[in-house]
Amino acid sequence: MMGIKWNELLITGDPLILGSQIAILLTMIGIVGGITYLKKWRWLWSEWLTTVDHKRIGIMYIIAAVLMFFRGGIDGLMMKAQTARPEMEFLNAQHYNEVFTTHGVIMILFMAMPLLIGIMNVIIPLQIGARDVAFPQLNALSFWLFFSGAMLFNISFVIGGSPDAGWTSYFPLAGKEFSPSIANNYYAIALQIAGIGTLISGINFVVTILKMRTKGMTLMKMPMFTWTSFIASVIIVAAFPILTVALALMTTDRLYGTHFFTVSGGGMDMLWANLFWLWGHPEVYILILPAFGIYSEIFATFSRKSLFGYKSMIFSIVAIAILSMVVWVHHFYTMGSGPAVNSIFSITTMAIAVPTGIKIFNWLFTMRKGRIKMTTPMLWALAFIPCFIIGGVTGVMLGMGAADFQYHNTLFLVAHFHYTIIPGVVFAVFAALYYWWPKMFGFMLNEKIGKWHFWLFVIGFNVTFMPMFFLGLDGAVRRSYTYSVESGFAPLFLLSAIGSAVLALGFAAFCYNIYWSARYADRNISSDPWDARTLEWSTASPVQFYNFAKQPEVTTLDPFWHMKKKNEGLTLKDSEIEEIHMPSNSGLPIFMGAVFSVAGFFLVFEWHIAAVVAAVGIIAGLIIRSFDYDEGYHVKKDEIKKIESTWRNVEGEVHNDVS
Amino acid sequence: MEKIMKGFPLSHVIGFVFSLILTFGAAGIALKTDLSFKVIMWIIGSLAIMQAGIQLFMFMHLREGEDGKTNVLNILYGVFMAVVIVAGSIWVLSSGHAH
Ligand code: HEM
Ligand SMILES: [Cu+2]
Repeated sequence: MMGIKWNELLITGDPLILGSQIAILLTMIGIVGGITYLKKWRWLWSEWLTTVDHKRIGIMYIIAAVLMFFRGGIDGLMMKAQTARPEMEFLNAQHYNEVFTTHGVIMILFMAMPLLIGIMNVIIPLQIGARDVAFPQLNALSFWLFFSGAMLFNISFVIGGSPDAGWTSYFPLAGKEFSPSIANNYYAIALQIAGIGTLISGINFVVTILKMRTKGMTLMKMPMFTWTSFIASVIIVAAFPILTVALALMTTDRLYGTHFFTVSGGGMDMLWANLFWLWGHPEVYILILPAFGIYSEIFATFSRKSLFGYKSMIFSIVAIAILSMVVWVHHFYTMGSGPAVNSIFSITTMAIAVPTGIKIFNWLFTMRKGRIKMTTPMLWALAFIPCFIIGGVTGVMLGMGAADFQYHNTLFLVAHFHYTIIPGVVFAVFAALYYWWPKMFGFMLNEKIGKWHFWLFVIGFNVTFMPMFFLGLDGAVRRSYTYSVESGFAPLFLLSAIGSAVLALGFAAFCYNIYWSARYADRNISSDPWDARTLEWSTASPVQFYNFAKQPEVTTLDPFWHMKKKNEGLTLKDSEIEEIHMPSNSGLPIFMGAVFSVAGFFLVFEWHIAAVVAAVGIIAGLIIRSFDYDEGYHVKKDEIKKIESTWRNVEGEVHNDVS
Repeated sequence: MEKIMKGFPLSHVIGFVFSLILTFGAAGIALKTDLSFKVIMWIIGSLAIMQAGIQLFMFMHLREGEDGKTNVLNILYGVFMAVVIVAGSIWVLSSGHAH
């Protein structure tokens, strides 16, 4: 273990970081002390940390991701504060680099991805009438690998130094030559660990959706959210291995002196950009497709009509999936690949607008002549359409290779992708949380606070990012920590900063809503409070651990709607109850996550021997798992009967809600 | 099993004959002609791909069984990904003014 510079381990000398270090320490002491005081360790361990229940894993994903949203959001606000006035001295150039890098990585990989994967986890098995995902224990492993990667990345700024080469981490800047400190190792290794978790999730969902659907649910009777999540999972399986390989090559370049991307050794720096975007572009469609599915469910439910153009929706998402693999060069037209390459990729890029447009029209037609209910989830869905169209149209502008030379690397681009990703993913996630909250927790989020949340967030969002289009057109470059008075950028930057404060208030309203509703919301609600259409609403809220006492049989699209209309399949006779086979909890996934964190940490610090020793734990985990003959357990009929009787008799049950 | 025992295994014989032709063809072109190295590589590379296709369809029962369609789809998907990633990268990185 030579060459450890102990004095460089903890970052010192910056008051902001010192403050964070103290805050982190105090929070950790607070959490550990609190759990010990309340004697909740055993409960935490057996109910949550070792769970293999897809709903609980989903909820853990969502909690972790909302915390990451908080962290990434603070980063965003810090950047907005720094650029609020010309020549501000709040963050210096280096610190600004670190902040936009961690902001980008955390928002995309540790906020957006896990939030969507969390929602997919909770909802997909319910929508297809299954009792769990195909590989429940593997599912827990996915979560713990994501968590391990996220934590590793998050400690970087207090221990060892934050990565600072942008969320794209382009070579040559990201290589040892120009970034000699260990900071960028965090990027390579934390993303690798989390990426493996995501890849496993993708495989798990593909198998779940193909193999676990309940009787009668053919592919063409699947709810749209399940469809879009399925296609997103297929893209995960296609694209994430590219990231795995690219990060592995980056790791060997940085740690072991290879020259895949290192120019001085004859490597190709642009090969990194090429591989990064071969993964990176499909990645944005992995994010947007499940979100499209969420909107489809919400438009159908609150227009009280089935989704318009179901088949053309599926055609569009498959087309988007294929096209998403062949557009990656639009991220580096300015590399100068020549007119043939740039033209072809301009055409493929603009072609994606066609299936996306089809989807927008389908949503509009779904609402046409519907009896629309203006609930909070519906508001998010409605706001999504105009905002996302602005993002899409500016995307087509950027997609034209020749024009992109003007916009490239300006705040115009930054405004564009925030206009796609925030309405596309963040609005969708908020809509989904309001919509499915009662399914997850058995009470609803407050609608009135929800509307405050909605208006503050949407107005704040537009005021923050709309000015950035014009700043970009005026020549303000991205990733620049300051600007001069003479540039004339000051008024728009100030406006944008004010917008971000309103945005933050919106997020605060959301947090307050969770707090308020957890304390005061009515617990005696129907299991189908929105009068919805798909199978997840046909069972209890919160959902019992085995999901369905009797797996429903499906004959149409929107099966639950038709069950309610025909008053069929809603009751459960005692004679229909059978024992249910469930998987047992396991401590192995969290153990694996911990070992991966430790090994990853050593690798970041280039303590190779220690890393190898820790990696033995990974092998040990695999061996233990392969000798694990636990077959799960059976839920007895009496217990099922008891659990079912708790919700089937309550007043305001499914049966009364049919209009 | 039974199905295989009955009838003349026509497709296997055709596959076998083609494999032989392709193998000896490749060897002949590589050893017995005066073509340039580049041309030889292109020809035997193409023959190899044809050979792989024949093996898959004639001997590895790609289309048989209940998963036949899925197998074909998976292979197409794999080929598509490989072409996009490998050929695409080479094309993108080797065209333009840098070369
Ligand atoms: C909470 C509100 C948000 C604010 C105030 C915000 C603000 C910013 C700012 C100021 C920048 C850097 C501009 C520059 O180049 O100087 C930035 C970059 C970025 N943001 Fe956000 N953002 C927010 C939300 C998000 C979300 C939700 C995502 C993704 C899911 C996201 C992804 C990114 C990415 C990928 C970058 C590029 C980082 C880089 O240049 O390497 N942001 N954001
Ligand atoms: Cu792209």
